[in-house]
Amino acid sequence: MIRVVLPSPLRVIARVGSEITVAVQGDVTVRTVVDAIEAQYPMLRGTIRDHVTQQRRAFVRFFACEEDWSLKSADKALPARVADGSEPLLVVGAMAGG
Amino acid sequence: MRRVRVLVGTRKGAFILTSDEARTEWKVDGPHFPGWEMYHLKGSPVDPNRIYASQSSGWFGQLIQRSDDGGATWNTMDNQFTYDGIPGTHMWYDGTPHPWEFKRVWHFEPSLTERDTVYAGVEDAALFKSTDGGASWHELSGLREHGSGPQWQPGAGGMCLHTIVLDPTNADRIYVAISAAGAFRSNDGGVSWTPINKGLRSGEIPDQDSDVGHCVHRIAMHPSNPQRLFMQKHWDVMRSDNGGDSWHEVSGNLPSDFGFPIAVHAHEPETIYVVPITSDAHHFPPDGRLRVYRSRTGGDVWEELSNGLPPQDCYVNVLRDAMAVDDCDSCGIYFGTTGGQVYVSSDSGDHWMPIVHDLPSVLSVEVQTL
Repeated sequence: MIRVVLPSPLRVIARVGSEITVAVQGDVTVRTVVDAIEAQYPMLRGTIRDHVTQQRRAFVRFFACEEDWSLKSADKALPARVADGSEPLLVVGAMAGG
Repeated sequence: MRRVRVLVGTRKGAFILTSDEARTEWKVDGPHFPGWEMYHLKGSPVDPNRIYASQSSGWFGQLIQRSDDGGATWNTMDNQFTYDGIPGTHMWYDGTPHPWEFKRVWHFEPSLTERDTVYAGVEDAALFKSTDGGASWHELSGLREHGSGPQWQPGAGGMCLHTIVLDPTNADRIYVAISAAGAFRSNDGGVSWTPINKGLRSGEIPDQDSDVGHCVHRIAMHPSNPQRLFMQKHWDVMRSDNGGDSWHEVSGNLPSDFGFPIAVHAHEPETIYVVPITSDAHHFPPDGRLRVYRSRTGGDVWEELSNGLPPQDCYVNVLRDAMAVDDCDSCGIYFGTTGGQVYVSSDSGDHWMPIVHDLPSVLSVEVQTL
């Protein structure tokens, strides 16, 4: 299972705690993890990435093993420690004021 | 005894204010969805406990919430607003073509007769409809594609479809308003659309007879006379007596005819309310005195209503969706300010009192008479 930490506003929407787990078949990438999040929590569709273009929302960031994965290809394999559940993928609301 | 429920959308959450018909003692419930921009909440006339709420943020985009128990609990509904076909372009601020991009829902208008039907006005300007209570949405693309769409240009607040008015005597007749494209009417349930902007005058556009380009801020109608429409435009208060075919100015003796909301008394079809704002550059009341103006003659002749409102040093604004009326025997008038106050008058505007002083900046106010 893949561990994911959601930003607090999305935890409220999904009615979950600080960390969730999702099952991913095949390659563990940002795309497949977000696919799994959206399948398990349909109310989050459109909040992390655009419905149609699948582009990450401008003020959402993905961190894994202390690295920023936001600007990497969504199809690039995430670190092994995320894939084996040792480390979570962090979905973070960017520092953007407000 | 009847009750009233006031639905308040703010920059940082939603609030539900309730009272009995006396409207002197209020219960404040909220914030619902704290931290989120709540552009609009509106209940169904068919089932008042069904309330739709537009929830958005710069980080996480648009969410749609629906309550079926009067706002006690909420469920997340479909938030996919996909333009029909290849949406093409409208005009950007600098006059260049700009692709249509969904940003947010500004306004909900639940059907007057069908429990599961609701319309949503969105930015970039388009009209969407759901016939399953918000579980799915489809665009009524005849509006955006009727011909003038590529000429539509955003106002300062974005290119938003912010007003939806349903004719209670003709389910096929719908009016909408878009900043800064103007007003439009459909006579066939939203399939086809016609601009209805004849008589509007806007110094900000070169051709005064242009079909589109006018910055309409709000349209209101009394259900007993659906041919008569009242409009607060960027500048000018306007009236149409023929369902929007033509408009004439009724600003009369207003201290400023710039403003955002306009509302009609629940029981007096010729009694209307506006909140004059100094100018397009100065979004606060003239002279720092917050006043509502009432006309009992369908415009032209206006009286100041200020009893209970701040007499000085008041520099708030009242946004287009932030004024509403209730249906009590003694009609209540409500409005919210960008300073976080929500005011009520339980006697048609003669006397005012604040319900709350210190909410986040108010985006919308709707009232349900239960």
